[in-house]
Amino acid sequence: MAERRSPLAGFAARFEAAGAGGRLRLAELPFLTQINVRVDPEGRAAGRIGRALGVPLPVEPGGAVRSGDLTVLWLGPDEWLVVGPDEGEDEGDARGPGLRDRLAETAAGTADDHVSVVDVSAQRTTLVVAGARSRDLLAHGCALDLHPRVFGPGRCAQTLLARAQVVLVAREADEFWVLCRASFAGYTAEWLLDAATEYVT
Amino acid sequence: MLLIPCPWCGPRDEIEFHYGGQAHVAYPDDPAALSDEEWARYLFFRDNPKGPFAERWSHSAGCRRWFNVVRDTATNEIHAVYRIGEPRPVIA
Repeated sequence: MAERRSPLAGFAARFEAAGAGGRLRLAELPFLTQINVRVDPEGRAAGRIGRALGVPLPVEPGGAVRSGDLTVLWLGPDEWLVVGPDEGEDEGDARGPGLRDRLAETAAGTADDHVSVVDVSAQRTTLVVAGARSRDLLAHGCALDLHPRVFGPGRCAQTLLARAQVVLVAREADEFWVLCRASFAGYTAEWLLDAATEYVT
Repeated sequence: MLLIPCPWCGPRDEIEFHYGGQAHVAYPDDPAALSDEEWARYLFFRDNPKGPFAERWSHSAGCRRWFNVVRDTATNEIHAVYRIGEPRPVIA
């Protein structure tokens, strides 16, 4: 069986070095489970999916809610991304059905609603940008207002970071997730490391 | 660069958007009944006003929704932003 390799596996040492100053922490969170859910937020299926997740789907644009180890991100008025922990590379193993199967089963119970539940885990990888200078670092390539008053924990946004399409998630006070396409991940990581130079020493 | 207020995501830079041309161009009720000239007029002919112009935009790097904007083609001032399916607001 082929060995699983994350898009930024080769960057671990350089991320470590960028955190040497203590003002910044960069890391990859590889292989997070990502499920794209499209459903009418007014319909019954949305309510059932919300109950299965333990938290209602956020309807406010840019909302990000957490339930246990799951994070539900608003991507559009009828589109959400559910991010969960790595479920390993084997399907249907002893741990039971995965997140996608559980959500798809929940949604299938309401035949009158149109629902799409798709596993997009391989589409994006997740970068952690944390530390006191994390906002300054992201602001080098992102036009959004990242001030905690506007973009604090519980907010997410799809936008451009250094011209690459990303999903930006505010986690804790000074911690962000940058979900970027696997194919842009090397570029985004190189850009972040370059932009971080002034905060490293 | 324009700062375009997406009806879902709020104001974002123009580079996050994709332009979609004139809004409210209705598909012909009975396309088969049109002459070639009428069909070409539907396909290719668009208004080109100097002043307020209703046009479609897609927030392609954000929520990926289409919406309508009334923009002044001479000054780039954005008079109104409204969702697909909503009527064009009256601009004084």
